[in-house]
Amino acid sequence: MSRTRNNPLADDLLRPLFNTGVWFYLAVAALGTVVLTGLTAWAYQMWHGMGVAGVNWPVFWGFHETNFVFWIGISHAGTLISAILRLVNARWRRPVTRCAEVITVFALMIGAIFPIIHLGKPWLFYWVAPYPSQGSIWPNFRSPLVWDFFAINTYLTGSLLFLMLPMIPDFALVRDRAVGLRKRIYGLLAMGWQGTTQQWNRLEAAMQIMAIAIIPVAVSVHTIVSFDFSMAQVPMWHSTIFGPYFVAGAIFSGIAALILAMTVLRRMLRLHDYLQDIHFDNLAKLLLLMALLWGYFVTAERITVWYGNEPHEMAAFWSTQRGLYSPLFWTMVCCNFVLPLALLPFRRMRIGFGAVVAASGVVVGMWLERFLIIVPSLSNKQLPYTWGGYTPQPVEVIVMASTFAAMALLYTLFAKVVPIISIWEMRVGNQPHPAATAAPEHELPELSKARP
Amino acid sequence: MAHRWGMVVDLDRCTGCEACVTACHAENNIPTVGPQEAANGRAMHWMRVERYWEGEYPDAKVKFRPVLCQQCDNAPCEAVCPTYAAHQTDEGLNAQVYNRCIGTRYCANACSYNVRFFNFFNPQWEKPLHLQLNPDVSVREVGVMEKCTFCVQRIKTGKRTAATENRELKDGDIQPACAQACPSGAIIFGDLNDHESRAARLAHSPRGTKLLEDLGAEPKVTYLQRQPWNESDA
Repeated sequence: MSRTRNNPLADDLLRPLFNTGVWFYLAVAALGTVVLTGLTAWAYQMWHGMGVAGVNWPVFWGFHETNFVFWIGISHAGTLISAILRLVNARWRRPVTRCAEVITVFALMIGAIFPIIHLGKPWLFYWVAPYPSQGSIWPNFRSPLVWDFFAINTYLTGSLLFLMLPMIPDFALVRDRAVGLRKRIYGLLAMGWQGTTQQWNRLEAAMQIMAIAIIPVAVSVHTIVSFDFSMAQVPMWHSTIFGPYFVAGAIFSGIAALILAMTVLRRMLRLHDYLQDIHFDNLAKLLLLMALLWGYFVTAERITVWYGNEPHEMAAFWSTQRGLYSPLFWTMVCCNFVLPLALLPFRRMRIGFGAVVAASGVVVGMWLERFLIIVPSLSNKQLPYTWGGYTPQPVEVIVMASTFAAMALLYTLFAKVVPIISIWEMRVGNQPHPAATAAPEHELPELSKARP
Repeated sequence: MAHRWGMVVDLDRCTGCEACVTACHAENNIPTVGPQEAANGRAMHWMRVERYWEGEYPDAKVKFRPVLCQQCDNAPCEAVCPTYAAHQTDEGLNAQVYNRCIGTRYCANACSYNVRFFNFFNPQWEKPLHLQLNPDVSVREVGVMEKCTFCVQRIKTGKRTAATENRELKDGDIQPACAQACPSGAIIFGDLNDHESRAARLAHSPRGTKLLEDLGAEPKVTYLQRQPWNESDA
């Protein structure tokens, strides 16, 4: 135990793991209640049928699908940002990466449940997976929904690995400090980590590989999610811009979610020494950049449709610009473009409350964007006789609210069992090689023993 | 040669009486959902009569168009179904396998004609209406899509009858419920591969157009309509 005593950084960052406050139980109880309510609502929907939701003929997709695209979008916060920051070796990234990667994993898990929630027969969801069955029927590989299945599973596996790898040395740290059952559990998670040079080299190589591999996966995931829409001949869906537009939007909403999560973490876990102004400053700059990119994509999409003036598309177009859905559309423009551009050019705003306001706006605005892509188009398909509308029903709203609670709950539980800031990466700091500083003094003889 | 079922709907004959809609409901065990759920967009009409108005009152002209599944050769609904519940049969029908459907409703979104319907609730028939269900047609359960089948049960019966009578299937042996019920004979069903069939000949009429033809779904339903700009051919 003595070897870990002279590590004030770890003392500080491991505090939430070893000391549990009342607020933790209160938060878990409150969030858990909301999550249970959501599960009950889902059970209610399964029992009675999809009719208790607002979806109808011709708007067959509504809130559930909006939430699916929204959460998959949020998941682009983490892994992608942290992979890019790792690759360019941005030094300020160190306290941010894990907060971000956790968002990815949990948002993906939540997002991936929505395609199951929205099914008429959710218990048969595994039929989209290829598995040997007596009927020897495989899924239809022409269907974008099957592409979704593979893309999301690949991304989830990759992000989990990317999150878990740099956690190993921190698990070992907890293992060395804990006693009893906790020591055994963290011992298993640490997978025999001793901090040898060979282990450090392997960890570094693995992370380098994952950081490079995860970027094309992340980009492809949201492109494929956009294909759910752009592959269908529905007005305003059938567009080549959807792939990059969705990826940019996903990163945009992901950064906003990350800023919000970091703000909460900084307050709740008193991490002001680690999550500093520079992190909010840099992330807010990134948010501003993405706001500009988002504005560019929306303009390009809208002006092409408007100038093309195809009758089928104009019905859906005008319903969002000045018809039924226009209040939502212009709210979205304010949230996603006007608000960030008004607040974020100023450093005082970026490091202060302005970033929180802008990030909240972007989360709302990006949710609206997903809704405005799905519902107005389905309301105004080619045959005017079939035009319709959509009103969300309580079950859809409750399920949606519960997923936000689920995100907060998972995050709270995670921060309870894993140091939310990577301790060894903080310790490494500016040093060129982790083995040089991270290995405790008395391990060095073992290190030399291990060498042939 | 394999059959290739198709249909011709003569809009110049259609009076908009909706006998086809009623016949379709009765033949295919399509549940009615009541006024409240119908207003919520849960009504299921495999066959519907669309009404369009031209001109302003009092010079308004109303036009009717019966719309059913167009049984597309290049069907957008089939490609997007993850489980092959929607697939093309050898005879060119867009089949919907109810047992294979998991209810993604993607097919309904992809269909530009909006002729696919979802069972939002378990269907119910007030007693004694449940006794008049057609035993040849399966009753669908909650959570699956359904659509016009071109009365596939009648196609099968027609082929079986011809086989037992030891003869070739003749044009007109098979009639879907809508065609049979149409008082003005506006709906003609037949084998498009049989060039002598009425449906095949009418499908090549200069009055013929396809619904939303420019989308390239290659529907097998042809609509006949007097074309004032092409009067001499009509």
